[in-house]
Amino acid sequence: MLTKRIIPCLDVKNGRVVKGTSFKGLRDAGDPVELASYYYKEGSDELVFLDITATPEGRKTMADIVERISEKVFIPLTVGGGISTTDDVQKMLRAGADKVSINTAAVVNPRILSEGAERFGSQCIVIAIDAKRLPGGGWQVYTHSGQKPTGIDAVKWAQKAVKLGAGEILLTSIDADGHRVGYDIELTRAVSETVSVPVIASGGAGSLEDLCKALLDGKADAVLAASIFHYEQFTIRQAKEFLRSQNIPVRL
Amino acid sequence: MLAIIDYGAGNIRSVVNAFRALGAEPLVSNRPQDILKATTVVLPGVGAAGATVKSLNEQGLSEAISRVIEDGRPFFGICIGLQVLLDSTEEGGDEKCLGIIHGKVVKFPAGLKVPQMGWNQVKQVKPHKIFNGIPDNANFYFVHSYYAVPDDPDVVTGITEYGKPFCSMIAYDNVIAAQFHPEKSGEYGLKMYANFLKLAKGA
Repeated sequence: MLTKRIIPCLDVKNGRVVKGTSFKGLRDAGDPVELASYYYKEGSDELVFLDITATPEGRKTMADIVERISEKVFIPLTVGGGISTTDDVQKMLRAGADKVSINTAAVVNPRILSEGAERFGSQCIVIAIDAKRLPGGGWQVYTHSGQKPTGIDAVKWAQKAVKLGAGEILLTSIDADGHRVGYDIELTRAVSETVSVPVIASGGAGSLEDLCKALLDGKADAVLAASIFHYEQFTIRQAKEFLRSQNIPVRL
Repeated sequence: MLAIIDYGAGNIRSVVNAFRALGAEPLVSNRPQDILKATTVVLPGVGAAGATVKSLNEQGLSEAISRVIEDGRPFFGICIGLQVLLDSTEEGGDEKCLGIIHGKVVKFPAGLKVPQMGWNQVKQVKPHKIFNGIPDNANFYFVHSYYAVPDDPDVVTGITEYGKPFCSMIAYDNVIAAQFHPEKSGEYGLKMYANFLKLAKGA
């Protein structure tokens, strides 16, 4: 049976992991290579790196980091942040990424999804959607790191992105992100039920029950989390053992 | 010498990295003459099977692969590198493949999330040295929308459930092929490549 995936997310700025982590066992918790190796050994199913550097030099640094990580971490690696052309996609794949996540650039120019899928295969094109609840119901897509409303309906955008060639959806609730109040289950379910590709729930994880709800009630295929793992509130293993106790299939 | 075929499509870096981590020094090449000189050959693959076959044909690699396999040299096909060994694939209509293993490649039925993406168990239906040190039903990482249906059930060594059971691993004579990605499957994936290297050395 296909297992549900647990995916830690690392925000990287100028080559350093930000949102400070506090691992006791690490020499340098800001080093993305060391942190990635740590999560690999802990049993993470995949890793996501979001490059929050906005400069070309920063992106070059990111490619170097991915290169170093892929030499010793043998699980799938997704890289996002600032990917705006198919050449950017190629650079990251060449560096050793298995997938790239595309957010703002796909809204501005949806053809990047179809061209990317055609050149490299749908399996490596992840559409990242940042969505915010509307007062009257539904969710609106935001771009530019959640700053800019687009007037686009998130569920419809997810469907369109899949049609264009995205092979997976990384769905972040802006309302929940960073608040540790739980994922937006309704959003997750609304998208997951309407698309044929896997959905990664993101934003809001504060407890192991939250992971469980996103997978069971939200029908997500995977859960992404940052703080609950970075601050050692829970280990990956604890999270997986809890999910297994709730009859959710996981890789242990 | 171990050659990894780089026909220009997917990201093969992770395959190269995995073999390097095991101490091998693979030659990465798209030249048939290099492949024909190799003692051991790995065919990685992501993307579409039809496009891959076309690209292998255009570069003269299809013949080289058939020759290497006929010669009895150890060969490992990964993901699309497994699928192209069959007679044909439903992907992109009905495309002809290399026809080294009789059978076809078909799409997962509607109603399942496609691609199947993530970790799933490989049931070892036949003992084989490639499984040395790997427990039955160990998890491996899959990303695919199509799967192989070989005519001869004897070549199937691994089975995985997705909607229904499908062939996730093939091994016979000198040919080994996996629908999953050992290079993305953590320690057991690396163990499988290590076993392959040992087999290739005749151990």
